[in-house]
Amino acid sequence: MDGLHDEERKDKEQSSSMTTLSETSGQPAAPAVVTDRPPAKRSWIGWGFMGPFMAVFALVFLAPIAYSIYLSLFRDQMVGGTAFVGLENYERAFSDSQFWSALGRVSLFLAVQVPIMLFIALLVALAIDSGRLYGKSFFRITIFLPYAVPAVVATLMWGFMYGTRFGLVGNINDAFGVSLPNPLSPELILASIGNIVTWEFVGYNMLIFYAALRVIPHDLYEAAEIDGASQLRVITAIKIPAIRGALVIATIFSIIGSFQLFNEPSILQNLAPNAITSYFTPNLYAFSLSFSGQQHNYAATVAILMGVITMVIAYVVQLRGMRKAR
Amino acid sequence: MSAPAPNRTPATSGRRQVTLSSARRRPQRLHTVDRPRRSPLLTGLTGLVLIYSLVPLLWLFINATKTQEGLVGSFGLWFDSDVAIWDNIVDTLTYDDGIFTRWLVNTLLYVILGAGGATFLAVLGGYALATFDFPGKRAVFAIVIGAVAVPGTALAVPTFLMFSEIGLTNTPWAVIIPSLISPFGLYLMWVFSAEAIPTDLLEAARVDGSGEFSTFFRVSLPLLAPGIVTVLLFTMVATWNNYFLPLIMLKDPDWYPLTLGLNAWNSQAATAGGEAIFNLVITGSLLTIVPLITAFLLLQRYWRSGLAAGSVKQ
Repeated sequence: MDGLHDEERKDKEQSSSMTTLSETSGQPAAPAVVTDRPPAKRSWIGWGFMGPFMAVFALVFLAPIAYSIYLSLFRDQMVGGTAFVGLENYERAFSDSQFWSALGRVSLFLAVQVPIMLFIALLVALAIDSGRLYGKSFFRITIFLPYAVPAVVATLMWGFMYGTRFGLVGNINDAFGVSLPNPLSPELILASIGNIVTWEFVGYNMLIFYAALRVIPHDLYEAAEIDGASQLRVITAIKIPAIRGALVIATIFSIIGSFQLFNEPSILQNLAPNAITSYFTPNLYAFSLSFSGQQHNYAATVAILMGVITMVIAYVVQLRGMRKAR
Repeated sequence: MSAPAPNRTPATSGRRQVTLSSARRRPQRLHTVDRPRRSPLLTGLTGLVLIYSLVPLLWLFINATKTQEGLVGSFGLWFDSDVAIWDNIVDTLTYDDGIFTRWLVNTLLYVILGAGGATFLAVLGGYALATFDFPGKRAVFAIVIGAVAVPGTALAVPTFLMFSEIGLTNTPWAVIIPSLISPFGLYLMWVFSAEAIPTDLLEAARVDGSGEFSTFFRVSLPLLAPGIVTVLLFTMVATWNNYFLPLIMLKDPDWYPLTLGLNAWNSQAATAGGEAIFNLVITGSLLTIVPLITAFLLLQRYWRSGLAAGSVKQ
C-alpha cells in the first residue's frame, strides 16, 4: 500500500510534465532513447492493477468452486451429521435418471436452438453489412434491443403472449375460430423457451458478427469483384472464414448459456406448472435439490458435473473451431 | 452512385481524438464496392426479424395501457377503448405502500455499486494484462478464461452457503459482491487496451519519470473511454437483469431488485387468495426496461466502437 501512496505523491509533482507529454502524444515520433529499452520490464507493478480483480475473483469464483468440490465429497446423514463419502455422490448422479433427463433436455435445446439462433444472427449481420438495406442503423439497433430486456421481463411478456386467456394465442384462436396448440403444454414448452431465448440473444450475436464483419479489409471485396465472384461466393470464401473467431466465441457463449438454462423455465413455472418439472434443466434441478430438498451436497455435485461438462464441450468447440481456421 | 462520404477526421483540437485516430488503423471506406444498390427484397426479409424483435415490446407497451379487465377483453396487439396507462403507472408505483419504488432504488444501488465496481476492476485488470509483464500473468489469464465456462449456478449454491456462514445472505452485499467480477469485461478491456494505447506513449511517459498509476489516470484512462462505456453498459445490463443471484440470496422483499419483485407479483395470482395484478406486472415490466433501452440508445456511439475493437482480436 505504501508504494501506492508514493505513486500518488509523485503524481502531483509531475502533473506539469504530464500535460506537456499529453499534448505531444499524438505525434508518432518518440524519443530515440526509448527504442533501445525493452518494451515493458517484467515487474510486480502489474499486480497493482491486476490485484483488486484477482482478490475479488478469488472470493467469488475460486473459493466457491473449491467449496463446491469439498461439499460434493460429503453427505448429510440422518444420524451422525456429515460424513465423508468419497465419490459416492458422483456415482449417485451417474445413475440418477432425473439428472440425465435434465441433461438430455438441455442437450436437445442446445442442438436445435443454438444453430437456429446463430444462423438467423449471421444472416442479419450479413444483410446489414452488405450495405443493401434501407435504414441499416435502424435495423441494427432495433434487433439488438431485446438484449437490454431482463430475462424476467422477456419471459413474463412471452409467457402472457403464449397464454390462451389474454395472450395472442388466445386472441388468434378466438378471431379465427381455430385452436392452436398451447405453447405452454408439456410437448411444446421447450420450443417455447427456445423462442424466448432466441428472441433475447439474436441481436446480441448479430452485433458480434457484424462488428467482426466491419473490420474485413475491403480491398478483398474489390479483388473478388474484379475476379467476377458472386455475392454468395464472397460470403462463403471471404466473409465467413474471416469471422470464424467471432463464430467460435458466439458458439461457446451459447453453449454455456444453454447448459445454464434456468431463468426462463423457472419463471414460466408459474404459468405452466404442469409442463415444467423441478428437474427440467440441470440448474433447476440443482436449485430445487438445494433449496427445497436441503440436499446441499448432492446439489454441489450436480453443479460441479455440469461445470465440467460445459468446460469440456466449450474446449472441444474452441479446438475444432480454431484448427479449421488454419 | 453517391460520392463517398467526406473523410471525417476528428478535429485536431483535443489530444484524445488525435491519438485515438492514429492508434486505430481502420481501413477507410472509400471503395466503390462499398455502395451497392439497395435491395427492397433483402430489406423486406430482414424486416421479418425486425418485426419479430419489436412485436413483444409493442405488445408490452399496448397492454400497459389496459386495465385488468381490458387485458382479458380486448385484442392483444391493439389498444382498448379505455386507455389507463397513467392509472397503471400510478398504481404500480403506489401498490403495497410503494414497494415498486423501493425495488427500483434497490436495483439502482446494485447497479451503481455492482456494475460500477465490476467495470473499475475490469478496467484495471485489462490494462494490466495489456501493458505490463508481471509474474503469474499467464496463470491469471488461464484461470480467468477457464472460469468463464463455469456455470453461474455452479457457483451460486456454494456462494450462498459460504455467505450464509458469514452472515451476508439477505443483505445487499450478497448481491453486490458477486456482481463485481465480469470475466467478459476483463477480456474486453484487455483487447481494447492493447488496441487503444500505443506502447510508445507509455514509454514516453516512463521516460518522463511519470509513475505507472499517474500514467494510467492521466494518459491511459481518457484513451480507454469508449471501452469503459461498453463494459459499463454490459455490466449494467447484467446487474440490472440479474435474477438468479438475488433469488437465492434474498428472502426479504424489501431488498428485492425489480426483476425479483415483478416475478413475485406475477406469482401472487397463483397463490391461494392472492390478488391478480397482471396489469401492474405488465406496467412494471415496461417501467423496468425503459431505463436500459434509453441508456443503450443514447450511448450507442460509444459502445459500438468499444464492441468493434473487442471483436478485432478474436
